[in-house]
This record gives sequence, C-alpha cells and structure tokens, in this order.
Amino acid sequence: MTDVSAEGGHGAVPLTGVPATDGGADQREWPLWEVFIRSRRGLSHQHVGSLHAPDAEMALRNARDVYTRRSEGVSIWVVPAAAVVATSPDEKDSFFDPAADKAYRHPTFYDVPAEVQHL
Amino acid sequence: MPAVATYALRLGDDALVLSQRLGGWITRAPQLEEDVALGNIGLDLLGQARTLLTYAGEVEGAGRTEDDLAFLRDEREFVNLHIVEHPNEDFAVTMARQLFFSTWQLALHQRLVGSTDDLLAGVAGKAVKEIAYHRDHADQWVRRLGDGTEESHRRMQAGLERMWPYVQEMFAVDELERALVDQGVAADVTLVRGEWDAHVDDVLRGATLTRPEDLTTPPGGGRRGVHTEPFGYLLAEMQHLHRSHPGATW
Repeated sequence: MTDVSAEGGHGAVPLTGVPATDGGADQREWPLWEVFIRSRRGLSHQHVGSLHAPDAEMALRNARDVYTRRSEGVSIWVVPAAAVVATSPDEKDSFFDPAADKAYRHPTFYDVPAEVQHL
Repeated sequence: MPAVATYALRLGDDALVLSQRLGGWITRAPQLEEDVALGNIGLDLLGQARTLLTYAGEVEGAGRTEDDLAFLRDEREFVNLHIVEHPNEDFAVTMARQLFFSTWQLALHQRLVGSTDDLLAGVAGKAVKEIAYHRDHADQWVRRLGDGTEESHRRMQAGLERMWPYVQEMFAVDELERALVDQGVAADVTLVRGEWDAHVDDVLRGATLTRPEDLTTPPGGGRRGVHTEPFGYLLAEMQHLHRSHPGATW
C-alpha cells in the first residue's frame, strides 16, 4: 500500500501539513483523532468526523463538546488518526471490483425463518 | 426585593457574568475545539442564569423579566462575586478562574439540591451535571498546563496567584444568606471550604503547582453591588445592544 493516512468518512480530512502522529514538544499542532459515536438507538459506532486534541482524555472531551451537542450519541470512541490504516484509492479496482460479479456469495438462495433475529 | 429573589439573583448574576466572560473567548481560543468547549460552558451558565433571573423577577413581583434584569440594571444592582468579573487575560488565568469557581459552584449546588425552595432545588439538580463537566474541564487543563512545559507551568502558577485573592469572597455569608440557610432555602457556603480545599489541593498536586498563600485581604463587596473597574466595561458590552433598541425582538 502506498498511502496509510485515514481517508475520512465525511468529506475531506485535512492532511497537508497536519502531523498525524504524537509529536515532540516542538509540534505546532495537536495530534489528529478520528471520532466515532454510537447513537442512543444505534448498535454500532459511526464515524462522524475528526478533531485535534493533545491526548486521549482531552480527545474524548472535545468529541463530546463538538459532536454530541445535539444529543447525537451516548458513547464515544476516539482513535488517533495515525492508527487508522486505510485502503488507497489506487487499489480500489483490484480490492473491490472482483466481488461485484459473484452472486453466489450473497445469502439470497434460501428462505430465512421468520424467527431468526438479526441475521 | 424579597430575600429569596436576592439570593436567586446572586447565583444568577454569578452565572451570567461568567457566561459573558467566557463568550469573550469565542474566535480567540487556542484551538477550535477549545472555542467550542468554552462556548458550551458559557451557554450552560447562561441557561442557569436565565432560569434564576426569571425566578427572581417573578418573586419580586414588579414585572421585571430576565431581560430587564440582565440588560437594564446598572452596576450597583448586580450582586455577583468578584471572581467571575475578572478579565480573561491568558488561558491559564481563565482556567484558574474556572477551577476555583466551578469547584465552589459544584459544591454549592450539590447542597442546593436539598433546598426547601422547589425551583432552586430543581435548578440545582440540573446544574450539578453541567458544573461537574465545567470543573472537570478546568481540572484537565490545570493539570496539563502545570505539568507541562516550563512556560505553561510558569503561566499556570501565575494564573493561580492572580485569581487567589478572589477565593475568600466565595465563602463569606451575610445576614440575608444566613437567614435563608436557617430556613433551608440557601446552601451554607461556609461549610464548603473544606471540600473546596481538598479538591483544589488534589488538582494542584497532580499539576506540580504550588498552592498560593493568603497574602491580601481583598475588600470583596460583590454581593453588595460594589464591583471592580473592569465590570463597567463588561456591562457596557453586554447591555448596549439591548439598550440601543428598546423593545426590539428577533
């Protein structure tokens, strides 16, 4: 893979000039964190955006302030952007296209009993 | 004005003035995220102020609304503590102010939950959750700035020294408040000093900061309507729009 920076889920995550790692004392910018929120009725955490914070504890609080102002969620995950490893747009074709024409992989050829929940 | 109304006004003015001060950080905070954090704290305080001012107006019975009280009173009629009117200066001073005030305000409201006055008890019940977060925000920053670089440590220590003279006024109780305490309406702030010291000392220890000494006896007077010089400018900024367009609505 050529590029291991996070793609971002909700539009552009600024990457130019932004150090995504824990820098030394001469860093001008706080590290970047990706934020995931689980809503009150949700089952999984969804990516909602990113923010800067000096460390994990502050990242959680900043996420609470910035991304849950309107009761968007009840649980927050923050992940250092540097820890997110993403696929590169260059590999999109070979990674994802082959799955497009293999109908036999889809679970649609048998009847699922009505009693089976959350299949 | 009935004693309960004055008491509500005191707590409301504390919240209103600090809200106004925190608003001064919007677009000026060190980071965007801190802009939002300080703005949120300010809005929480404004919400408390609105409820308390409205209540004070109702109990007074002279037809004054929250807006009348916030925008049409002059300096000598505001009854907030001096600590909340001190200018923002730098971020360390602001965090020292927040640590000292929110630690006090939280302890006060935790006791106010048991007030015999239903509205004050209700306000306290909601406020306790908000103020716990405000205090935590200050804790986090004082720790980081204190146990940080040489410059952040120096500024944070200076911030503590700067705001320390205002601490004493928070724990003073006058006749009016003493009577309300006896009736079970008001919380007794003289009982709060011990836990205030314990919490602040704990934070300062973790921050490698030194607790300032009580070197001066400041005049206080906020509860009597006697304020510091910067307060006039704060009111001018806060009130001029409302006073320039009397009766205007959105």
